[in-house]
Amino acid sequence: MSAPVTAVRRSGEFFAFCLDALRGLGRRPVQVREFVQQAWFISSVSILPAALVSIPFGAVIALQLGSLVRQLGAQSFTGAASVLAVVREAGPIVTALIIAGAGGSAICADLGSRKIREELDAMQVLGIDPIQRLVVPRVLASMLVAVLLNGLVSVVGVSGGYAFNVVMQGGTPGAYLASFQALGQLPDLLVGEVKALLFGAAAALVASYKGMTAKGGPKGVGDAVNQSVVITFMLLFALNFLVTAVYFQVVPQKGS
Amino acid sequence: MGVEVAVQGLTKSFNGQPVWSDISLTLPAGEISVLLGPSGTGKSVFLKTLVGLLRPDRGSIVIEGLDLPRLSERALYEVRKLFGVLFQDGALFGSMTIYDNVAFPLREHTRKTEAEIRAVVTEKLDMVGLVGAERKLPGEISGGMRKRAGLARALVLDPRIVLFDEPDSGLDPVRTAYLNQLIIDLNQRTEATFLIVTHDINTARTVPDNIGLIYHGHLAMFGPREMLLSSTEPVVRQFLNAQRIGPIGMAEEKDAEELAAEAQAGVELPPLPPIPPQLPPSDGRPRRAERPPGQWCREHGVTPPPGSFTGAEWSGQRDHQAGPVGTGGGPR
Ligand SMILES: Nc1ncnc2c1ncn2[C@@H]1O[C@H](COP(=O)(O)OP(=O)(O)OP(=O)(O)O)[C@@H](O)[C@H]1O
Ligand SMILES: [Mg+2]
Repeated sequence: MSAPVTAVRRSGEFFAFCLDALRGLGRRPVQVREFVQQAWFISSVSILPAALVSIPFGAVIALQLGSLVRQLGAQSFTGAASVLAVVREAGPIVTALIIAGAGGSAICADLGSRKIREELDAMQVLGIDPIQRLVVPRVLASMLVAVLLNGLVSVVGVSGGYAFNVVMQGGTPGAYLASFQALGQLPDLLVGEVKALLFGAAAALVASYKGMTAKGGPKGVGDAVNQSVVITFMLLFALNFLVTAVYFQVVPQKGS
Repeated sequence: MGVEVAVQGLTKSFNGQPVWSDISLTLPAGEISVLLGPSGTGKSVFLKTLVGLLRPDRGSIVIEGLDLPRLSERALYEVRKLFGVLFQDGALFGSMTIYDNVAFPLREHTRKTEAEIRAVVTEKLDMVGLVGAERKLPGEISGGMRKRAGLARALVLDPRIVLFDEPDSGLDPVRTAYLNQLIIDLNQRTEATFLIVTHDINTARTVPDNIGLIYHGHLAMFGPREMLLSSTEPVVRQFLNAQRIGPIGMAEEKDAEELAAEAQAGVELPPLPPIPPQLPPSDGRPRRAERPPGQWCREHGVTPPPGSFTGAEWSGQRDHQAGPVGTGGGPR
């Protein structure tokens, strides 16, 4: 089979898999236990790295914008610019990277090793659909954690940026907050959370699909984890672009 | 009661590579059948196709009037409730204890209380000799124990068709003898349809009502035990008597030259060994599917090899109940 045909077939299978997961969403019984366990697990592997990444990220944005804005002679908007950058873009992206790198790889490795140990086959034979039993709770958990994580990253990032601007670049707290009032609005926060929700779902779906189709022994699982992280990153950046483009079309911006 | 499984013209390939083709056989309801074949001929693939985990390229599998390869996923999940499957490596859930593994199907599919579940699980674990290992994780027990735990889990919902993928590989000879007795007793009690994949020639000769042999991508023969054990078909004869002389070589098939050389050298095939009697249930009462020894041979005018059905050859195998090791004598 030629490479393009294989690629198209894989995408088709992945799409069918997503539809199955969507259908599994409505099916009883709801796997509450698995969901709670997974949400706990994903947050335990992602909270610390997310917090640690978002402080320097917020600071870098503040630094970049701080000097750029000064060059343009618009110091009074430093606050607004860095908060919006963090909340709209940086927050969801950091969340996505952490969710895909820490949560997604763990999901993929877990499902992949279950696949090669024939646990998933055994489950199907026992009359239980692994998509409903294992994948749906993981996707939901990943979405929940992504949204919470995005909140965390935004708060930490904005504080980092604020501290950096006020303490190190000599900005004034009042100007920082006032400028944000002037340009920011509620939909900015919402779009960040919507992005995080989508990223969480995409990361878990790709990881689950790759894990459940792993083959060829332990090496196959390693390959699947590797591919799932790479594919998720590409997918997330594409999704991010789409959502941002739609957002600017749909939501009128303040002061423009 | 067991259920009949009728397989017709079944063919399966992976990426254009055929595993086997045109397999037709009927597993009679309530009987024990054994499936043999050299390593890598696709016996495990056949079992997975029977439960609908793999879709065949062609052919039909009819169970209670339903054609499995044509069912939707949802309908397949319903049909699968008829099945109990013991996978080659046990396929236990690695994150659950042995107890939770065996309890899993009950918790998912029944409304039993924990106390009722405990009773059933303990009974099944006792049956396979694993009482005392309940709290262990699958990673902490031996391969043979994993296999027995897998068997307990496969039996917990009282399936009407049980598929065993090499139940006896990785078991010691004593446990294998007990397992064979367990299979016979289970069949007597539940009257379910059994299909056993095995490499153990002793099991194949003494346990089943029917034997099938997959060889070189085809079903070489399938039929009553006595038919295969008295067959002079070269492949069947070689395999069932574990001989080197015959069409099967180390790498699947000997080539024409080798066979010609063998014929030239005038290698005499050793005579067929006597057909051993079938293993009886331990309580002495017959199984429903049991047929009197020698019946098939008489009906088909076949003279069984001398010494058949007397048990002379296998006398050592039958009085093991007196031994000190019980199936319950596991890791207490
Ligand atoms: N999912 C799969 N994808 C591709 N090829 C497969 C797959 N599963 C099995 N095969 C191939 O099918 C063939 C039969 O495999 P199978 O495991 O059924 O053999 P087997 O008869 O059970 O052997 P053994 O007695 O050693 O267990 C092998 O050549 C194997 O490589
Ligand atoms: Mg096998």
